[in-house]
Amino acid sequence: MSAQAALPIQSHILSILVDNEPGILARIVGLFSGRGYNIESLTVAEVNNAAHLSRITIVTSGPAPVIEQIKAQLGRLVPVHNVHDLTVEGPHVARELALIKVAGSGEKRVESLRIADIFRARAVDSTIESFVFEVTGTTEKVDAFIKLMQPLGLVDVSRTGVVAISRGATPL
Amino acid sequence: MATEQREKQTMSGAELVIKALVDQGVEVIFGYPGGAVLPIYDALFKQNAIRHILVRHEQGAVHAAEGYARSTGKPGVVLVTSGPGATNAVTGLTDALLDSIPVICLTGQVATHLIGSDAFQECDTTGITRPCTKHNYLVKNAEDLARVVHEAFYVATNGRPGPVVIDLPKDVQVQQGHYTGPQNVRHKTYRPRVEGEADKIRQAVELMAKAERPIFYTGGGIINAGPKASELLRELVKLTGFPVTNTLMGLGAVSGTDKHFLGMLGMHGTWEANHAMHDCDVMINIGARFDDRITGRLNAFSPGSTKIHVDIDPSSHNKTVRADLCIVGDACRVLEQMISAWKEGGFKPNTKAVKKWWAQIDQWRARDCLHFTQGKDIIKPQYAIQRLYEKTRNRDTFITTEVGQHQMWAAQYYKFEQPNRWMTSGGLGTMGYGLPAAIGVQLGHPGKLVVDIAGEASILMNIQELGTAAQFRLPVKVFVLNNEYMGMVRQWQQLLHGGRYSQSYSESLPDFVKLAEAFHCVGLRCTNPADLDGVIDEMIKIDRPVLVDVAVDKAENCFPMVPSGAAHNEMILPDQPASAPGASVSEEGMALV
Ligand SMILES: Cc1ncc(C[n+]2csc(CCOP(=O)(O)OP(=O)(O)O)c2C)c(N)n1
Ligand SMILES: [Mg+2]
Repeated sequence: MSAQAALPIQSHILSILVDNEPGILARIVGLFSGRGYNIESLTVAEVNNAAHLSRITIVTSGPAPVIEQIKAQLGRLVPVHNVHDLTVEGPHVARELALIKVAGSGEKRVESLRIADIFRARAVDSTIESFVFEVTGTTEKVDAFIKLMQPLGLVDVSRTGVVAISRGATPL
Repeated sequence: MATEQREKQTMSGAELVIKALVDQGVEVIFGYPGGAVLPIYDALFKQNAIRHILVRHEQGAVHAAEGYARSTGKPGVVLVTSGPGATNAVTGLTDALLDSIPVICLTGQVATHLIGSDAFQECDTTGITRPCTKHNYLVKNAEDLARVVHEAFYVATNGRPGPVVIDLPKDVQVQQGHYTGPQNVRHKTYRPRVEGEADKIRQAVELMAKAERPIFYTGGGIINAGPKASELLRELVKLTGFPVTNTLMGLGAVSGTDKHFLGMLGMHGTWEANHAMHDCDVMINIGARFDDRITGRLNAFSPGSTKIHVDIDPSSHNKTVRADLCIVGDACRVLEQMISAWKEGGFKPNTKAVKKWWAQIDQWRARDCLHFTQGKDIIKPQYAIQRLYEKTRNRDTFITTEVGQHQMWAAQYYKFEQPNRWMTSGGLGTMGYGLPAAIGVQLGHPGKLVVDIAGEASILMNIQELGTAAQFRLPVKVFVLNNEYMGMVRQWQQLLHGGRYSQSYSESLPDFVKLAEAFHCVGLRCTNPADLDGVIDEMIKIDRPVLVDVAVDKAENCFPMVPSGAAHNEMILPDQPASAPGASVSEEGMALV
């Protein structure tokens, strides 16, 4: 829509509580692709085994009216219990975990270890010529770490995408 | 206690399904058998509570269920086999989704252990239908069957109605399981909001009282909310004296002959309705969704108005048009609340201003935008509808349509007194909808006159359903406005594509009279304006399915028309030069459907 093209694009973290039933992820993902919405990252896992509830965390982006529409469309899906927009609802913690494989020797290898230390990344696998680092933090921190590893022999990256939760004692 | 005892018994999955349907009050199923649903057909064979209507194509089954649902207010039920049965149903399901029609579609599926093996007539039915249903289920255990069927009815009929698919693997149909009655099933998550927020209702009523140029713009939501919603809307119109316009899906919500009614709005809406929408200062939208066929160019849509939007589906709010006051709730309940807030608050309309508004509207009305001239030789399509209306207005008549110019003319010239009398494919615009829909309507209303207003191209898309009408002695009437063109396509090609009529001529048409006869129906033909009344009388008199082939003007266009990408106040009328509009359609407009 031309009117919306002029609006600034914002990134939002949505937390969606759903019935963990077959096809639920396809329903959510199909909604995003079918209606042309963005998914920057998506994580999903069961969070309440007894009640068969899963929490899906989606980072999406778009102009404010589109974000509102995304939330309304998600809320319309029958197995969705609730949709929370952490970005607007108040303080929250958002984290990503990444596993980063770096191969090299000599000074580069030492340097990668030094930087890993600064980022509080742990080496969770090691051979003579490689490390796998585990790093957690905000998306920006993970991005920065990966960028620094680039010239030091970056081989592979595997990231979880963002998980997030509100701060304080009250539930979502 | 006795029922509980009974419910402890086990029965086969197929029997569980039938029992659940009976307990849901289902009287008729539209279906077509096949390998993957044979156990259900066997269970149907052994009972008398539910009548099965054998259609001739699964698309027809879904449209018939839609016609039944739209005209009775009860959900329509469909039963089809796996694979091609399910894929044939997809158009109907999408149609029901876009027009918010409650339909339950049971599909057969290969046995659970075969799922994923590309077995014979296997398809991923839940995958295919996920985006074209309100919800769908794959049942893998007979113990879940009764609950799922009851849930499906709840989901299909509550909130914004829509189609629900239940995919039933064949082994589950023969497995034993326990029955649960509908009273024991409560949906875990789905609780649509029915009641409007009181303070918003109050704000709405205050805006209405202050309005100088108000308009009610109402849609299919009023029809879906039941006949009482129409009554309440009429009451509110009377209380306020405001003008009212209906969408294509909303016709019949107010009487087509009420002086407050401005006719339909939108792409082929009336001059007065569209101008009033453009110039109003307070718009009260109840159960309509600012569809692109309604709004025209969005940034020119009713630029100066304060918009109140009542909808049961929160995602309809601010989807394309930003509203100033969004009320989530059921149209019937919110109307009730509005009326009592209006009365209890002692509100009065701004009579002086509204009178001036009516004077303006009367000027638009005087433009007489639906005027046409019927000559002696060729039947004007508008005239055919007008005569059909005059000949049937004194009996309770149900009209369905196909899609095209005839559909728009029907919406413009047939005046509905009551809701649920008008069944048309609005959102999806599905050619082939009207005949099966008429069959569904007729089943819900034995003895009533049901007419499918059709085009010669559309009717061929589900013509096979004449066989269904004949078999079940359903005296539906098919009133074909035969212009030998896909008229609506031809009209766009004339106005937007320099008159290059690419593939829009209806070549090699069948002899419709003989075609009707071949299906054991009656065929009539009318080519002369003077004969029209007589032919319509005969059509009504014959207590059998009748197809009337009415030869109409091949070159007639449907006006008024808001061309794609234009604003409401940029409507084209028939008496404008034909060359003008084509030139005025913007490049942006050319890209729009
Ligand atoms: C299934 C389907 N295919 C194509 C279209 C596009 N379309 C819209 S109107 C129309 C022509 C309809 O012709 P006819 O039934 O003769 O009606 P008329 O416009 O002539 O009254 C077509 C092809 C459609 N709406 N549905
Ligand atoms: Mg035609």
